[in-house]
Amino acid sequence: MANAVSANQKWWSGGRSPFNVEYGKLMMWYFLMSDAFTFGAFLISYGSIRFATNAWPDPNHVFSSFPFMGHTHLPLVFVSLMTFILIMSSVTMVLAVGAGHMKDRKGVIKWMLWTILGGIAFLSCQAWEWTHLYHQGAWWGSNPFLNYDNTQSTTNFTNFFFTITGFHGFHVFSGVVINIIMLIMAINGTFDRRGHYLMIEKAGLYWHFVDLVWVFVFTCFYLF
Amino acid sequence: MSNEATHGHPEVVTTHEAHHDEHHVHHHKETFITKYVFSQDHKMIARQFLITGMAWAIIGGLMSVLFRLQLGYPDQSFPFLEDILGRWAKDGKITAESYYALVTMHGTVLVFFVLTGGLSGTFANFLIPLQIGARDMASPFLNMLSYWFFFIASVIMFSSLFVQTGPFSGGWTAYPPLSALGEASPGSKVGMDLWITSMALFVVSSLLGGLNYIATILNMRTKGMSMTRMPLTIWALFFTAVLGVLSFPVLLSGFILLLFDRHAGTSFYLDSIYIGSAALPNEGGSAILYQHLFWFLGHPEVYIIILPAMGIVSEVMSVNARKPIFGYMAMVGSLFAIAILAFLVWAHHMFVTGMNPFLGSVFVLLTLLIAIPSAIKVFNWLTTIWRGNIRFTPGMMFSLGFVSLFISGGLTGIFLGNSALDIALHDTYFVIAHFHIVMGVAGFFGMFAGIYHWFPKMFGRFLNNTMAYIHFWVTLIGSYLIFWPMHYEGLAGMPRRYLDYTNWLSFNQFDGLNKFISTVAMVVFAVQLMFIFNFFYSIFKGRRVTVKNPWGSSTLEWTTPIVAGHGNWPGEIPEVHRWAYDYSKDGREYISQTEPVTPDEKPH
Repeated sequence: MANAVSANQKWWSGGRSPFNVEYGKLMMWYFLMSDAFTFGAFLISYGSIRFATNAWPDPNHVFSSFPFMGHTHLPLVFVSLMTFILIMSSVTMVLAVGAGHMKDRKGVIKWMLWTILGGIAFLSCQAWEWTHLYHQGAWWGSNPFLNYDNTQSTTNFTNFFFTITGFHGFHVFSGVVINIIMLIMAINGTFDRRGHYLMIEKAGLYWHFVDLVWVFVFTCFYLF
Repeated sequence: MSNEATHGHPEVVTTHEAHHDEHHVHHHKETFITKYVFSQDHKMIARQFLITGMAWAIIGGLMSVLFRLQLGYPDQSFPFLEDILGRWAKDGKITAESYYALVTMHGTVLVFFVLTGGLSGTFANFLIPLQIGARDMASPFLNMLSYWFFFIASVIMFSSLFVQTGPFSGGWTAYPPLSALGEASPGSKVGMDLWITSMALFVVSSLLGGLNYIATILNMRTKGMSMTRMPLTIWALFFTAVLGVLSFPVLLSGFILLLFDRHAGTSFYLDSIYIGSAALPNEGGSAILYQHLFWFLGHPEVYIIILPAMGIVSEVMSVNARKPIFGYMAMVGSLFAIAILAFLVWAHHMFVTGMNPFLGSVFVLLTLLIAIPSAIKVFNWLTTIWRGNIRFTPGMMFSLGFVSLFISGGLTGIFLGNSALDIALHDTYFVIAHFHIVMGVAGFFGMFAGIYHWFPKMFGRFLNNTMAYIHFWVTLIGSYLIFWPMHYEGLAGMPRRYLDYTNWLSFNQFDGLNKFISTVAMVVFAVQLMFIFNFFYSIFKGRRVTVKNPWGSSTLEWTTPIVAGHGNWPGEIPEVHRWAYDYSKDGREYISQTEPVTPDEKPH
């Protein structure tokens, strides 16, 4: 029994990583799991309060503006653009990770640059949206929007909107900072010296996670 | 593997050898700062956690002595209290505000800073690399950060004791509206801001630590150390880390919403409230929402406390009974079951909050299910010592004490898990008795067992045995004398959280009993001071450890030099050939995990 080592045992019997990943990637996965619980708690809180409330503002009405277009009625167009930008930045991140696998430094630099630009563009859009809402009188603790049935709304619509999109925006911001650090390390040739671009992969995991969370945030705040 | 090909990194660095080089390069130029303060050696970080935790234990314990003085002698005044607490104990009597502040801080400090930070922080850091055969944690740097976040959290929490309006006083659970509205009580002002800041940093510390523990256990095991060869301490610490990583973030979310309620005019937890005669504009929130978020951490938290204690007890008990642990896989399975159930029972803390009773019935069922893995563990401990060749070392005594306390406290858990009984018992001393025995004192006993058992490995010296036995007996008997009578008080309906019971005939009958409890509490506290003395005295003057493996233990930490340097093993890391519990096998007292299995050996 002692000497019969099956293929299965080899992976878990010590001396190597059972998932064939270095510890940093494992930690990133567990961190993302834990962060998923943070966002999960926020979104479930939002859901429970919202369903305990009689009526809620209509997102098609609230989110119907577009920069430099005056008083147009373009429901959810701007947020669709934001979402598109963020998803495209995920695509460029995939390309950066792919270039990293090829140890193609120029490719990594190019695609990281695009990813960072995408992140900054998303944050700028969010800044515009927040500013616009603020000028309409919306902020933590104040909600100018009526419910869809024209009744008075509680402030929890804006409370949750700013808290959760803000928390997500903070994640995007952290991701941009991480990506900039990765870019600098790539430009300095740190990864070439190490012989691998694993850090890019880990940053990629985080970036995709933040993207995925946006899909849920988007769904909960803009579509329902 | 194809995996390597597609991801293009065939040289995935997972083993400790890479770390080995890293650590040994700068091993020789260690300064006082890098060795004792900003150390990245897991053994030093463990000792830092332990000593910080001990400081907190004394502070938290002293708080309980102070409010026990009030509960035992409500009609007497103690001038020395005014000397210590100033206007918080005017004329030598603890005021209502300071009573609630003391109770709140006692709970916060002992639950989080001692039994989470102090217990997991110490033993996860100390034992994981040593027992799985690694040079250090996966990321020694993040490990160091974990301690220093804990330290900053400690400083902030400690500073809240000295602000003018006092520390937070709305209970360690920090329910809104007391925690959300500054006007609600003196402690709800800046004391609560400090509390919440400190706790947020504590969550960061716990997360950094937990991620490290998980990654280390999965990735850094030495050759031959398969998951089922690991000592149960490691399994317990693994599940503890998973619980922490998945439940603390939910608490963080709850705290962020709470901060907005405090400072940004939101109403996440607030709805139709009067303060004094002024109606607040807040509408649409739910105080119950906070309780759900809090207890989603709060319940796993009690397992974060008790699982490491269970792991330590399993290991210490097997070593000192000179027998393999009974039902190793059942022990692992029940740890796993407890870890899963931990996430499914939180609302049993909320039966009396106005939660839907039908929802309550689901939580009753799931709560009572925990009795199964708990009972499996208890029977396995009992069968481990059954006909064992028991050595009553102090560590073993505390392990046996742990099992006793866990049974006593666990049985009352079955009462409280039933919502029908809990509605009557929830706000009485019965609950205090239950959780102090099963989680508080039992958690401490696990910690003491670990300290007495691994002190020789930590400091190269033994603790004084005479003081250890006095410490054990007084603490065990004292704990029962303190908390056992509280069951009767609770069954008689004596409410908890009250400052003074003298006004009511129903509870006057317990005056003498309360005095007795307070007296015993002081004696037990004094004995803990003796333990602290023993601890620091023995670090410098204790009997020296002269052999590598003083307990005759089969696990890896005892194959390191008596005082191991950074990197743990001077040469190669030993390879592991067998599980951690080969005691009294084939006529030998113990067989080290590093010893190859001979062909004629019986399977265990």
